[in-house]
Amino acid sequence: MSDTGTANQNSSNQSYEDVLKDAATTVAEFEEDESFSRKLQNWLHSTPSAVPMFVLLAAILVFGLILGSKFFSPFAMTLILQQVMIVGITASAQTLVILTAGIDLSVGAIMVFSSVIMGQFTFRYGIPAEISVAIGLGAGALMGFINGVLVAYVKLPPFIVTLGTWQIFLAANFLYSANETIRAQEIEEQAPTLQLFGESFRIGGAVFTYGAVAMIVIVVLLAYVLSNTAWGRHVYAVGDDQEAAELSGVKVKNTLIQVYTLSGLICAFAGWALIGRIGSVSPTSGQNANIEAITAVVIGGVSLFGGRGSILGALAGGLIVGVFSLGLRMIGTDPQWTYLLIGALIIFAVTVDQWIRKGTA
Amino acid sequence: MTQQPVLQGRGLVKKFGKVTALQGCDFELYPGEVLAVIGDNGAGKSVMIKTLSGALQPDHGEVLLDGKPVHFNTPLEAQYAGIATVYQTLAMSPALSIADNMFMGRELRKPGWRGKYLRQLDKPAMEKFSREKLTELGLMTIQNIKQAVETLSGGQRQGIAVARAAAFGSKVIILDEPTAALGVKESRRVLELIKDVRARGIPIVLISHNMPHVFEVADRIHIHRLGRRLCVVKPGEHTMSDAVAMMTGAMEPPGETQAA
Repeated sequence: MSDTGTANQNSSNQSYEDVLKDAATTVAEFEEDESFSRKLQNWLHSTPSAVPMFVLLAAILVFGLILGSKFFSPFAMTLILQQVMIVGITASAQTLVILTAGIDLSVGAIMVFSSVIMGQFTFRYGIPAEISVAIGLGAGALMGFINGVLVAYVKLPPFIVTLGTWQIFLAANFLYSANETIRAQEIEEQAPTLQLFGESFRIGGAVFTYGAVAMIVIVVLLAYVLSNTAWGRHVYAVGDDQEAAELSGVKVKNTLIQVYTLSGLICAFAGWALIGRIGSVSPTSGQNANIEAITAVVIGGVSLFGGRGSILGALAGGLIVGVFSLGLRMIGTDPQWTYLLIGALIIFAVTVDQWIRKGTA
Repeated sequence: MTQQPVLQGRGLVKKFGKVTALQGCDFELYPGEVLAVIGDNGAGKSVMIKTLSGALQPDHGEVLLDGKPVHFNTPLEAQYAGIATVYQTLAMSPALSIADNMFMGRELRKPGWRGKYLRQLDKPAMEKFSREKLTELGLMTIQNIKQAVETLSGGQRQGIAVARAAAFGSKVIILDEPTAALGVKESRRVLELIKDVRARGIPIVLISHNMPHVFEVADRIHIHRLGRRLCVVKPGEHTMSDAVAMMTGAMEPPGETQAA
């Protein structure tokens, strides 16, 4: 297409465009001599998990140098995986929701309530553990579905919806369980299926729990779905600009409900893994799961404004927290240092997110 | 004109609570023409366009495509029927790539089991198609089809939105204020795009406040006032000030309101 002002046949008002034929024909938008920071911004924009991955590697390296083989061992590395298992799974669910520009404050409540349902159905009603697990997973999905309907159809802000359902699910959890804990020993004897994800296998010095493997499988699966399927692209589009997505032909309401339902299902799965991790079924467990999941997602470079970030980043975020916790504990510092550093990392991560957005707007 | 309109609206009514946005509005678009729609702010132009493109459903009245009544519940249904709309906001996801945006809502899957069971997207095919469409419309300055839309200039974004509409709108393309946010040079580019698309036989509805642009590319001008069509005029027969006067109520429309 030419930029010459050929089309001023029918009006003298067009004359101001005549000078366009002398307009520069080079494309100013693509300067070759981009500065380094500009290039970095663009690269980070297309590779959102790069920052957390780099921080993770740097953290492992630093603690490895300080602590030597004590930290830099297959055992310690896999211990971190076991410790972040629950956070990793709930953070995957949280990532899905945050990518749609939402937030799910009820992830922890759904997780605990689902685990209690799995335990109580097995022990109170004598239902086979496998069926109880399926019921628990269904209950988690249903809780997520309720969140989804309230967000998509009643059009309440996700923060308000899940602030409410968080309280509701948690209270229901205490009322239903009557504050009763099912002891680890009983579960081990009568329904070992519930503890499946606590079991482990060894490869050399490395100890892998099934839960840690499950976490990685979930993350890889979701990463594939998000980047390689139409549904995954729709999740991003909904979070990026909901109205634009709707006008382009994305079924926004369906996508939102599916995201919240899937989030609930994944949280219920985390509830099953939680039984394996702590051995018992306790309505008071997993109290910090909400904040830990959001922390992992934010440190993982997923934008709270939606539409940006990756599930691998969120996993890296969870692992960073795990590396800091274990590393600082091995050094023997006050655990408060961990929280202090995590807090600084959160602010750092969001600053980087803002910088990436600003550079490309 | 005895020709059958490609896209037609008859007696469209749309109310939002107590506000009446359309009251018995008519609309006709004939094959191969550029029909400009002008009107004051709040006259109901955008509501009419959204009603024709499936984004809103009329309370009364009907929309006809090729003479047959149609009922679109979503923009996607209208798109499948061949009506593509470029909204004022462009309806693009800034963080996603050009190819992602071109195919949003109508993605291609890989052939064979990877597409069927793994539902894997055929990214190379979508990128190739996007590149071809942009090249067809002379938007070759875009170097990387994978780059995010937000890294593009306003004119380039508009170009991509038009390319998307041209690629999938087989019957009608609706452009809602395509030059409103653009500089002189970018506007010129979009006007050339409109002429290119018309040259390929696809009729265009152009909503614009920019009289020189309207008078340059339009074959007919639909003047919208107070929720309905006031009249249709031809650019050669009236001046820009006439059009503005009619649109704002300062001048009576010509007697023959259905001048086609």
